Amino acid sequence: MTLEAEDLHKVAHLARLTLDPQVIDDYSQAIGNILELVDEMQAIDTQGVLPMAHPMDATQRLRSDEVTEEVDRDQLQNQAPATEQGLYLVPRVVE
Amino acid sequence: MINLSLTQMAQGLASGEFSSSELTQAFLDRIQKYNTHLNAFITVTPEAALEQAKAADQLLASQQAGALTGIPLAHKDIFCTQGIKTSCASKMLDNFIAPYSATVVEKLAAAGMVHLGKTNLDEFAMGSSNESSFYGAVKNPWDAQAVPGGSSGGSAAAVAARLTPAATGTDTGGSIRQPAAFCGITGIKPTYGRVSRWGMIAFASSLDQGGPMARSAEDCALLLKEMAGFDTRDSTSMQRSVPDYPAQLNEPLQGLKLGLPKEYFGDDLNPEIAARLQDAIKELEKLGAQVKEVSLPLTRLAIPAYYVIAPAEASSNLSRFDGVRYGHRCDDPRDLEDLYKRSRSEGFGAEVKRRILVGTYALSEGFYDAYYRKAQQLRRLITEDFQKTFNEVDLLVAPTTPSPAFDLGSKTNDPVQMYLEDIYTLGVNLAGLPAMSVPAGQVSGRPLGMQLIGSHFDEGRLLNVAHQFQQATDHHLQTPELDA
Amino acid sequence: MQWEAVIGLEVHVQLATESKIFSGASTRFGAEPNSQACVIDLGMPGVLPVLNEKAVEMAVMFGLAVNSEIPQRSTFERKNYFYPDLPKGYQTSQMEEPIVGPGYLDIPVGESESKRIRIHHAHLEEDAGKSLHEDFHGMTGVDLNRAGTPLLEIVSEPDMNSAKEAVAYLRGIHSIVTYLGISDGNMAEGSLRCDANVSVRPKGQEKLGTRCEIKNVNSFRFVEKAINHEIERQIELIEDGGRVVQETRLYDPDEDETRSMRTKEEANDYRYFPCPDLLPVELDEAYIQHLKEGLPELPEQKRERFTSQLGLSEYDAQVLSASRPLADYFDRVAELSGDAKLAANWVTGEFSAQLNRENLDIAQAPLAPEQLAGLLKRLLDETINGKAAKQVFAALWAGEGHTADDIIEAKGLKQVTDTGAIEAIIDEVLANNQPQVDQYKAAEPDKRGKMIGFFVGQVMKASKGTANPQAVNQLLKDKLDQA
Repeated sequence: MTLEAEDLHKVAHLARLTLDPQVIDDYSQAIGNILELVDEMQAIDTQGVLPMAHPMDATQRLRSDEVTEEVDRDQLQNQAPATEQGLYLVPRVVE
Repeated sequence: MINLSLTQMAQGLASGEFSSSELTQAFLDRIQKYNTHLNAFITVTPEAALEQAKAADQLLASQQAGALTGIPLAHKDIFCTQGIKTSCASKMLDNFIAPYSATVVEKLAAAGMVHLGKTNLDEFAMGSSNESSFYGAVKNPWDAQAVPGGSSGGSAAAVAARLTPAATGTDTGGSIRQPAAFCGITGIKPTYGRVSRWGMIAFASSLDQGGPMARSAEDCALLLKEMAGFDTRDSTSMQRSVPDYPAQLNEPLQGLKLGLPKEYFGDDLNPEIAARLQDAIKELEKLGAQVKEVSLPLTRLAIPAYYVIAPAEASSNLSRFDGVRYGHRCDDPRDLEDLYKRSRSEGFGAEVKRRILVGTYALSEGFYDAYYRKAQQLRRLITEDFQKTFNEVDLLVAPTTPSPAFDLGSKTNDPVQMYLEDIYTLGVNLAGLPAMSVPAGQVSGRPLGMQLIGSHFDEGRLLNVAHQFQQATDHHLQTPELDA
Repeated sequence: MQWEAVIGLEVHVQLATESKIFSGASTRFGAEPNSQACVIDLGMPGVLPVLNEKAVEMAVMFGLAVNSEIPQRSTFERKNYFYPDLPKGYQTSQMEEPIVGPGYLDIPVGESESKRIRIHHAHLEEDAGKSLHEDFHGMTGVDLNRAGTPLLEIVSEPDMNSAKEAVAYLRGIHSIVTYLGISDGNMAEGSLRCDANVSVRPKGQEKLGTRCEIKNVNSFRFVEKAINHEIERQIELIEDGGRVVQETRLYDPDEDETRSMRTKEEANDYRYFPCPDLLPVELDEAYIQHLKEGLPELPEQKRERFTSQLGLSEYDAQVLSASRPLADYFDRVAELSGDAKLAANWVTGEFSAQLNRENLDIAQAPLAPEQLAGLLKRLLDETINGKAAKQVFAALWAGEGHTADDIIEAKGLKQVTDTGAIEAIIDEVLANNQPQVDQYKAAEPDKRGKMIGFFVGQVMKASKGTANPQAVNQLLKDKLDQA
């Protein structure tokens, strides 16, 4: 099984990844194989089974509404590739 | 000194037989000597370590030391460490210095442990061989041709080679247990929610769990006691008190009911591993345990369920790496799309990209029900199967892996072959159970692990059984011969 | 052909919490860029969300106020897409199990009728940051201060059929959230934002037409204009033989038109899935009951009380209940003065007019309800007359004295009701205006009524406005007619 190139490109775009032309076939093949493995699930009837998103049967704890986080902008922006006047810079966004 | 248990080290430090500075220097020397070959560390912080050791020595001198004060350890480079690079073995974070530390890092520092450096792993913890690291593969200290396992391969190799007495690991689908087995050390993946995930870079949030890796169950008990506990910063952290694990180590095993899941002892299992496990099970019976066969019929299905859920969560968790606020950014992006696509494509390695693509596909319109929803339903069935067996038995005993460490490069081109190797470890993560790997011998010079699986929050009993087993056997005391 | 518009609104309300929905960073508006974006808001590696209890409480309060079911359990999902103002590459939101279930809101239509608009659900989510398109060497700047501010998205059913109804619904939502104190409702600062789904169909047709979503119509006026424009556009398009394309359009208030946002050809695929970092929220009956009991009186209940118990007109009740600060102010003045109708006249009249003139918010009014009530009391016990009352009001507003009594005293505005004193003034006025007195006397009796006004004016002037006008009138008549 291989993943069609068209589907692969669509998924790659959703994930914001580019695939070099020379690796497309490898990816198609490898992902196809993974999907084949994954398809083994279809053999089991799961009708009526509640999907399980968390391993523990626990409920969300709530935080009290207090300002507890201090922000050292300069320190945080030391990590940033491009900033100016405290703003993160990205190529122009056209709306 | 380097072969001592943590308890013995603490005694040596307390009695003044050696100082933390000396102990720390001894391990730093070994890192210096062996790491070039093993590649177990991504970052070593000798100055900071020696400073912490000095502080520990002062605490020791003033009788204010705890059980772990002055003992060195290494952190898997997936735990954020304030001021020290946290790379997750990815080019994406090659320049990333976290402005905060993971809860686990803070807790162990508060216990007085000395931090030697950050260990290598599969990129973003995605792998079972440590070959997907941006910083290169880690070698198995027992056999330079073999992989150390993954994703916590650097931690496992470092502990096995005595470059550190202990290390942290994370386990999403076996990433503590499998490298522990391959490197002949002891590691425990705690119950989901037992150890805080704050500051631990997420791979698959509903499966990830941090835990200790060391040379014995006793060492792991000491470490887990410090690492575990409720954390207000992690919504999935459980509000339960932490038992005194070391105090439970010596409970007798008389009457303990052990289950052997027959699906874990089928045709997939290497016959030599099967034989070593039979020996180990006999030891446990000698210690008073009763053994019976149980069944986990959906064992094989844990592989597809896991390889949908983990990539799906990962595809979303890794979206934050976009070249805007931190991490790798491509040169001269033409436009926003180009910034995203090139930064991410350059920053992530092949296996990470593969999993992001699979996860994105599984969540995309038209496929969600067949893949993601189906996997979540199977997850419930698999969990219920485990729960049923725990009505019959106290613990499960199984192999950690179907075969011993494979050769470097032997499975890199075939991800599915690699995934199939995880068959015995994945179900535990889907169900959120605690499980550990304990050395149980070797096959052709490569170690193998016995896996113990418990019900939720039964870490104390796992460590107890493993400790009793280690009191009766010496597999965990075997040490590899190293090439410098 | 007769056309019918079908409109549904998605209203985003920023909840007035101190800290963000999933982090302890401040939500204060107007801070330096990125000075309120903590490591969690920035989506740094390894950080985790913890839900703010106040956001949950506020959402439930809203649900209770619009008669919604509050499910026992609700969950969070991730909505995945890439955008610079979305730091994690996903927005934590709710889809499968929102915190507020189906409810409704009755809106006024026409003079005294109302129409029920169903609410499909309301869910909690995090706000995004802001992109600033000023020129940074051809780059866009991103400020993430707003990222993580709690939002309640209120989704209506397509139950509205005109822009007016949409505005009435939006006003209704606005007044509920401000009444509850769960949002400041400030549309200019983006605390309340609105997207409108608009379609048209031939009147009588069951099937809905293709809809367009108009984004970001952020004032009551623009909502009305944008929807009207879009309805016209769609009708024209269809009548010209065209077809409405399902798309997102942006309203441009300068040109008064909506424009296609021309998003990329790809259909959005948000890949919603349960957020693994957050567990299901469970609310027990006692918690919901507790919030229910603590709910303040809502606009509709207030309106009802104002008419049935206080005897106000439908119109005054509507005006006074539209905003909670105004209603509270009125309630206080009515209670302290003891005359609700008089209080309503003054609050909707002089008081509101003065606020408008000075472009002030009710919170900024220099006049406390106690002060206004003190003034009305003097009017009621006839210490002052209506004319003096306006002077006292102006003086109080200007801060010339603290109580009405102080000002009445200082300015000598106390009404003169003593007949002897008034008579003395009348005599003087009549003596000084003999020609007018003569004219009056020569006039036919039916013309005299008008002419007496002159004398009243003179007497009031001479008394500096303090004479009781009724007494003046009567005494003047007596004197002129008998003499």
